[in-house]
Amino acid sequence: MKRLDREQMAARVAADIPEGSVVNLGIGLPTKVANYLPADREIMLHSENGVIGMGPAPLPGHEDPDLINAGKQPVTLLPGGAFFHHADSFAMMRGGHLDVCVLGAFQVSRHGDLANWHTGEADAIPAVGGAMDLAIGAKSVYVLMELLTRDGRSKLVEQCTYPLTGLACVTRVYTDLAVFDLKDGRVVLADDCCGVGAAELSRLTGLDIASA
Amino acid sequence: MISKIFDSFRAALADIPDGASIMIGGFGLAGQPTELIEALLDQGAKDLVIINNNAGNGDTGLAALLKAGRVRKIICSFPRQSDSQVFDGLYRAGKIELELVPQGNLAERIRAAGAGIGGFYTPTGVGTPLAEGKESRRIHGRDYILEYPLHADYALIKARSADRWGNLVYRKTARNFGPIMATASRVAVVQVENIVELGELDPEAIVTPGLFVQRVVAAGGQQ
Repeated sequence: MKRLDREQMAARVAADIPEGSVVNLGIGLPTKVANYLPADREIMLHSENGVIGMGPAPLPGHEDPDLINAGKQPVTLLPGGAFFHHADSFAMMRGGHLDVCVLGAFQVSRHGDLANWHTGEADAIPAVGGAMDLAIGAKSVYVLMELLTRDGRSKLVEQCTYPLTGLACVTRVYTDLAVFDLKDGRVVLADDCCGVGAAELSRLTGLDIASA
Repeated sequence: MISKIFDSFRAALADIPDGASIMIGGFGLAGQPTELIEALLDQGAKDLVIINNNAGNGDTGLAALLKAGRVRKIICSFPRQSDSQVFDGLYRAGKIELELVPQGNLAERIRAAGAGIGGFYTPTGVGTPLAEGKESRRIHGRDYILEYPLHADYALIKARSADRWGNLVYRKTARNFGPIMATASRVAVVQVENIVELGELDPEAIVTPGLFVQRVVAAGGQQ
């Protein structure tokens, strides 16, 4: 079965980000989306630690420890960029001022419930950061993840079994096998980019996946 | 003449009692008031409640304070990191209390405290384990949970420049929690890279007006 690698997955999301958007990219795989944003579109990247208008990683030797992203990696600032404190930064998120947020996930339910902060294991150290604010704040919340776990279980599920990050917040799921829209509890195949087909995707996920 | 300038980190923290609640600014290393944290370690107060985004890295700074058994409770959003082994060990051994707060709720609770707000309804966390036991309310068709303000006895923060009235400007993403923690604490102690003459900071660009700041120490010692 053809599937997208992680770079291709990031590029697939980037292609859908419209000109003029304000976007927050979550830690991990979503961060790679920045590398594939089309050069002819002006897109503002926000990071919850207090910056908008982030540019690419600095050249070696030009890192500034006071200019970092939410993953605590060094970044740069583009002309027009701005800094702000944490309460303002989360007002941007919670207040619905971001157009798109791209997050990783352990599980997404067909209702758009998101689980991405805690595996629920008893001895795991819980850490939530800005995940819950990102989940409920942006106008569109996209998830970017592999469709199946390493042992073949679907991460797109009827009901999340991991602790929830947010309820009914995800509208689109980009995976290595296909892109799905979540609408009123229905899973719609938005882009069968690998040619897997709705029937096989329904079998893999155990969900009733409708063709677009 | 008003002067909030202290000559040493030691003097600026001398009156912190056992049991104090202390906000510490910083997100990762950006904005971390390293010298103030080291001075707090030397100062000796114990049974502390620490409010910070994280729970310490490696074995220096906040992690050293934890390791020395001086912290009773930590209120933070993201304790687990690749090098948070000191916190992880204490937590698993039941030797430290953790109040885990989503980052935006943490920021807004601090902001609310500084702004004199008695509580607020937030959509963040609704339907998750972190909302359990919290009052909820449906407002205009959306569900919210009630969160309370978060005050502290002291705040330790880092800024770029200050004048003797305590007006502050920050540097890039090192601003993070500094401005709101200054408002929410009874005594805001600020370490700065340099102290400038009154009137030298552009009044249009001052981020924290001096009335929120009680003590200023220059990290380099220049005054």
